[in-house]
Amino acid sequence: MRVVPSARPRKLAKVPFVELADGRLQGVVSSGSDIGRVYVSSVEAGTYAFSCSTNNNRPCGGARGAFCNHIRALIGEAVLQYGAERVARYLKVDVAGEQADAQGLTSAMTSTRPAQGDRSAAAQVFSRFLRHLAYLEFAPTTAPVPEMHWFPTTGAVA
Amino acid sequence: MRADLLTDAVEGLDEALAAVDGFDEVLVGGLLRPQPGQAAGLAGLADAVAGSPLAGRVAEAAEKTAAGAADEDHYMALAAARTALLGSVHDALVARIEEAVGRPRAEEPAVGAAGAEHPVNLLVAARGWLCDLARAGWQGIDHELIGGAAPVVTAMLPEPGLRRLATLLDGFAAELAASCPGATLERVPVRRWADLWSRAMLLTLPGADRATAVGEATGRLLPLGVDLHEHATAVQAQVHAVFEPADGGTPRLVRASVSAPKPDTVVGAGLWQLLRPHMSLLTAVSEGRAMELDAMPVTAEGDLIWDEAHAAQGEPAEPFTTARVALPTAAAAPVAPVDRHPARIAVPVLLEGYAVEDEAEGVAFRIAGERLAVDAGRVPAAGPLTADAVASSAACVGLLRWDAGEFRLQPLAVERTVRKRPVAVQAGAWAGGTADKAGVRAEKAATDAVNVLRERAGRLLRK
Repeated sequence: MRVVPSARPRKLAKVPFVELADGRLQGVVSSGSDIGRVYVSSVEAGTYAFSCSTNNNRPCGGARGAFCNHIRALIGEAVLQYGAERVARYLKVDVAGEQADAQGLTSAMTSTRPAQGDRSAAAQVFSRFLRHLAYLEFAPTTAPVPEMHWFPTTGAVA
Repeated sequence: MRADLLTDAVEGLDEALAAVDGFDEVLVGGLLRPQPGQAAGLAGLADAVAGSPLAGRVAEAAEKTAAGAADEDHYMALAAARTALLGSVHDALVARIEEAVGRPRAEEPAVGAAGAEHPVNLLVAARGWLCDLARAGWQGIDHELIGGAAPVVTAMLPEPGLRRLATLLDGFAAELAASCPGATLERVPVRRWADLWSRAMLLTLPGADRATAVGEATGRLLPLGVDLHEHATAVQAQVHAVFEPADGGTPRLVRASVSAPKPDTVVGAGLWQLLRPHMSLLTAVSEGRAMELDAMPVTAEGDLIWDEAHAAQGEPAEPFTTARVALPTAAAAPVAPVDRHPARIAVPVLLEGYAVEDEAEGVAFRIAGERLAVDAGRVPAAGPLTADAVASSAACVGLLRWDAGEFRLQPLAVERTVRKRPVAVQAGAWAGGTADKAGVRAEKAATDAVNVLRERAGRLLRK
């Protein structure tokens, strides 16, 4: 029995990295207009304090007083990857069954008029993204790992 | 195959599992402040191993733990007792399978292999985290506690000798994190988490996970199929095969594995892409070929430690031919003590002449009047084997497993009759690549995902 289904496949171009960690929904969002720019965005669990800045550590113009489009995209992709229920539970958002989608989650959070968080999170998110990428670089091994029998593929993605 | 033996009760099984369950329930509430109700579960575990060499240490550990005065050694003794009990369950189930399948077992005692020493400080750190986990109990887990595993895993992953424990801890911690906070958890996977916990505990003992080559295999390798394992940040493909020694010795059942850590967004065909370059055997599976081995390292458990330098492409070989001709006389290797666990049972079998039952509770094969559930969920997503193909099959090569109290069959390949001719469909057919239209699309999506990750990271790094 698997407890955590594997991540559902999603296109990574818009939001290459999203995770629920460090008490935040956080990730990296591509700029819609500039190929060379990425945004580091996050929403804190419980308070929904949000933050968004570029890779050059400039604040995102859209994230003044309200969720910017990057944060909205981040929430959308998190729901794709983890499912709305898990994202809601992590962020401590109370949404009724039929509103448990990306839009329902976003409006439930924005309706509390969350404050802008400080941008100190950006450096941590960046280092988490690098940790994530490091998983591509570890050498594969041909020694057996019997423990993986507890983690069968689930065939859930098709 | 004598299917009736697979549905008959196994003597002593319920009693052993009851003792395991009693202990597992103790881990739900945690060991920090043991309640009187938990003492029974601890005592039950100690009683169950009272006739074994572990008796004294486990009895002491159960007593200290119930009194809230246990240290790490006591927790280790409990984990060992639980592992031993499940080891006995494993042995009884495997004996039953051997009887049902009627194949020989290789008479080679599994010898403790020697290997490199691991950095002990990391093992100690891992054990410390696991003991904290046991104190908190599954209902007491929170993000702070579970986050404690991350630095240990990060330090372990680059160390090939620690890969087994690192991979296990990484998957276990991710699962626990997804279930936080424990206090509001509606359903706890009690036996599963106790399995993962006790297994991780034992792997923190230096030398527990050594799988060193003890021999060399020279001869022909005939693949039966691919078993794929994955959690968010790791993947393993295990090829089950029959090895025919060039010297004419007894054919043997062997496995060849390749595994790697991965980002959680690499899924589907991306898994094959990650593993493919490191084991040409996956390509041989897709092309329907055997491979010729020349002094390939092999462990006492029948695991080939794949090294391309010792392998060459062989003649065409079809899994159903292998299963019909070579499998019946192939001997299974013994299982190392630490790996004796019901969840690890995966015995290749060929089934023919069954009726398919496609009901609400899932697909099952009816063989000689007995029902054998089919575990179609274990079939990789990036492959051509569908539930429909299984349901319309006439023959099946699969792995006999034991899960949720019954034997189940994981299909590796099925044979269907299409226009009066048998057509084989393999679960792992895309392992080495594919020309299938859906497969090509999946491959492209997976390549794009990895490229995007690398490119976007590059933008950030230029900061």
